[in-house]
Amino acid sequence: MKNIFVAICFLINAVVISQNCEYTLKGEVIDFHNTTPIENAAIKVLNTNNYAVSDINGKFTLKNLCNKNITIEVSHIGCETQTISIELKENAFETILLEHHLDELNEVVVNTTIRAENTSISQSLKQKTIDDFTDKSLGDALNTISGISSLNSGSTIVKPMIHGLHSSRLLIINNSVRLFDQEWGDEHAPNIDINASNSIEVVKGATSLRYGSDAIGGLILIKPKKYATTDSLFGSSTLSFNSNGLGGIVNSELIKTYKSGFYGKIQANYKQFGDFKAPDYYLTNTGTKNLNASFAFGYNSFEQGFDAYYSFVNKELGILASSHIGNVNDLVSAINSPEPRITEDFSYAIETPRQTVLHHLAKVEAYKRFKGLGKLTAQYDFQINRRKEFDTRRGDRSSIPVIDLRLFTTSFQPNLLIDAVNNWKINTGFLLRFQENNAVFGTGSNPIIPDYDKYDAGFYATAEHQLNLFSEISAGFRYDFSKIEASKWYEIEDWENNNYDQLFPEFESGTTENSDILTFPEFTFQTYSANLGYTKHYQNDFELFFNYGLASRMPNPSELFSDGLHHSTARIEIGKLTFTKETAHKFIGSLQRKHQNFGFSISPYFNYIKNYLQLVPVDIETTIRGTFPVWEYQQDDARIYGVDVDIDKKISSKFSYNGSISLLQGDNLTDDVALIHMPSSNFINKITYYNKDLNQLTISLNQKTVLHKENYPDYNFYTYNATIDDYVYVDISTPPSTYSLFGFNSSASFKAFKTGNLKIEFNIENFFNTSYREYLNRLRYFADELGRNFNLKIKLNY
Amino acid sequence: MKNLNSLKTVKLLALFFISSLALVSCSNDDDHDDHEHEEEVITTIIYTLEDDNGNTVTLTYDDLGGGSTVSGSFIANTTYTGTIQLLNETEDPAEDITEEVEEEGDEHEFFYTSTISDIVITKDDVDDDGNPIGIETSLTTGDAGTGSLTIVLKHEPTKPNDGSSDNAGGSTDLEVTFAIEVVFT
Repeated sequence: MKNIFVAICFLINAVVISQNCEYTLKGEVIDFHNTTPIENAAIKVLNTNNYAVSDINGKFTLKNLCNKNITIEVSHIGCETQTISIELKENAFETILLEHHLDELNEVVVNTTIRAENTSISQSLKQKTIDDFTDKSLGDALNTISGISSLNSGSTIVKPMIHGLHSSRLLIINNSVRLFDQEWGDEHAPNIDINASNSIEVVKGATSLRYGSDAIGGLILIKPKKYATTDSLFGSSTLSFNSNGLGGIVNSELIKTYKSGFYGKIQANYKQFGDFKAPDYYLTNTGTKNLNASFAFGYNSFEQGFDAYYSFVNKELGILASSHIGNVNDLVSAINSPEPRITEDFSYAIETPRQTVLHHLAKVEAYKRFKGLGKLTAQYDFQINRRKEFDTRRGDRSSIPVIDLRLFTTSFQPNLLIDAVNNWKINTGFLLRFQENNAVFGTGSNPIIPDYDKYDAGFYATAEHQLNLFSEISAGFRYDFSKIEASKWYEIEDWENNNYDQLFPEFESGTTENSDILTFPEFTFQTYSANLGYTKHYQNDFELFFNYGLASRMPNPSELFSDGLHHSTARIEIGKLTFTKETAHKFIGSLQRKHQNFGFSISPYFNYIKNYLQLVPVDIETTIRGTFPVWEYQQDDARIYGVDVDIDKKISSKFSYNGSISLLQGDNLTDDVALIHMPSSNFINKITYYNKDLNQLTISLNQKTVLHKENYPDYNFYTYNATIDDYVYVDISTPPSTYSLFGFNSSASFKAFKTGNLKIEFNIENFFNTSYREYLNRLRYFADELGRNFNLKIKLNY
Repeated sequence: MKNLNSLKTVKLLALFFISSLALVSCSNDDDHDDHEHEEEVITTIIYTLEDDNGNTVTLTYDDLGGGSTVSGSFIANTTYTGTIQLLNETEDPAEDITEEVEEEGDEHEFFYTSTISDIVITKDDVDDDGNPIGIETSLTTGDAGTGSLTIVLKHEPTKPNDGSSDNAGGSTDLEVTFAIEVVFT
């Protein structure tokens, strides 16, 4: 077990003796898990020279103890020393259980990356990187990792993408709760407050079966910090200000811990930005307002404990005013115009189009360890997501949301970790989940996602086995059953054109109104996933990882039920009730070397996805409002492969270099074209100067280049423009040109108060104020990306 | 102490369960059958033109399946008085949307273009700021010919503008084209 750096010593009960200093405490020290004796543990009576060492059978004897309260200290190699008070009344024999296995408590002691599984291929963001992105989003922070990109809608709606896959194909696990926030939508960013987390781990493959079988792209694990069991009160406050958008964030957190194991944490922040600015113009209506808070309390001891957590995310996001279009001719005008059609002066006002999202997440988790078995954890959670989207509408309707969805999710998931057998770690558990979506009545617009109830039940078992000191294997299996019961009005014409009246007569309710029919679609899906992993450690700090993951995903509500005009994007989006599940086979390998002077990682991967669901433009349709492109969900076979390379090199004692390259190719095998919306090849270079003695002064220069995407599917088309009586070319596919961005970061730490410290940071993004557009920004037709930004951050730890 | 803690945990779990059940049951208003009506729909445009002698030409676009129809032909070298009517015929009785557009005249403007270059269309009505709306129009024909007439309704265009829909900005609410004919009597 790689994680055994430290063992936590644990002692139950204690015993006693009578007068004078003639009494004896005998005992044995044994392993909590497999009850084998522990040799060479030191048992010392504090403030005396009286001590004993356990023998080969774990036995020890402390002689000449006095009739009073004594404090003994039990320690073992790699153990965190624990002190225990004993009231002596008589001679006694005491069994002392020591814990050698490391679990979450080790994070308190050891400052090292803890992988979700030892054989998984993952990369983590540490607290420092998270701090750097305090006033940005989860997607922005993850973008710094090789192989991770993002699908953006403007600059504030950022969806993380792992190896070209996003939305329903990524599981975002916040504090071990799977996030459900209408994640199917391209313009729905995850409702995560990055400031509430301590570390973020990205698993580049379907290897963590504990959270679901549908991690076709991978997982993002957002973890809180575990606190040491000492009496302490500490916290931090951050203030960040940016010249672009004239805004920033104020974030504070306060943590109280007790020696008894209890802890409590409160954290809150407010973030606001006005209109952002591209190099040549303001991006009108791109401001944002966020209010986030989280509370946690709990009790952690080695044997048992609980954690309760609640978080609240409330955000209001303006969407570029110019991106609201009526039909395809408006889109052509936007594409051909060098500047957005609306560029006003700077303002903090957020008009339409805009989104407001409120997300509540609460969970409670409790665990208990059983001697000679392992650890039983039970978790119950619920989430409420309320999303409203406002559009520019006629007749005073702009204040009425055009989309108003309320998603409630609750789940119960127990897990049993069996670690009693040496070199084996087995996890098994099940999941019960209920989800209810309510398309809130009163929008005056057909809901894209209908009302539905969804029931999920799943079961999994995973095993990790240490073959020898240098290699480890893991394997796992998961099965999920899902049932969705929806209620939706279809236009009778569409219902019949899609042949649904023949295929699904049982869904028809018999109720019709005007030209619409009420239907009750009901589907069940069974999904499976499995994984196989292998890790080998070589000399010179080389490590080899190999992973195979099988994942399958049921179509999401948008893929099944979409059937109409998506207003603000001026496109007709059509889903199908006939879709089947998507199944992925992902192979990923990694050769890594972790070394102070020269470290690297090379990770090639190959993902074959059967029945890959994608939304592509297929046709145009003329209505009274003009012409619209029709985007249809299609099910194709797909192949995504590529390689991520990371290099860390220490140039001298003060200078270091980091670089990374991500190459990716995605193919639609059914149509023999490239997959739409795949990230371009990109590389990052960074040189850092760090002087520990000079207030930890750090200065770094970084450069990121995103290459023009050569392989893209060409869905361009011609449309007739009656006002000029001619056909015009609608270029919706051609990716923008190559761009390079340069940045500057600097920071220094100063002592503040007795124990605190003050960290000041000054950063410049897009140093040369480069005008560029990004292929993976859905608003790339309308405006340039952000121009130069000066950022000042002050963080006070106390 | 140990028992106390586990008791607390159990209580807390129970509390969460109950509160969430309450939340579900409160919100479960079973509005599954509610039929959300598309409120902003314009299904029909009727552009009625009449000359001084009472001859009419009616251009109709019906989005519910009728498509674009033209009744009658324009007479060369004649001036017509035109009126636009917008309807939502998914409602019963049909809702007149023209009033809504007229009320928000400063946020809307109709644009008329024809491929028959002799046809001149002027807007006869103005919004509160004195800029044209285009619900009331005059259409003057020249020589005989055949071609098309396109009507565009823009929401939030730049007002005033140069009279061309392509340069007016805003987003398009309507865009319909009719095949028309101008004949000598």
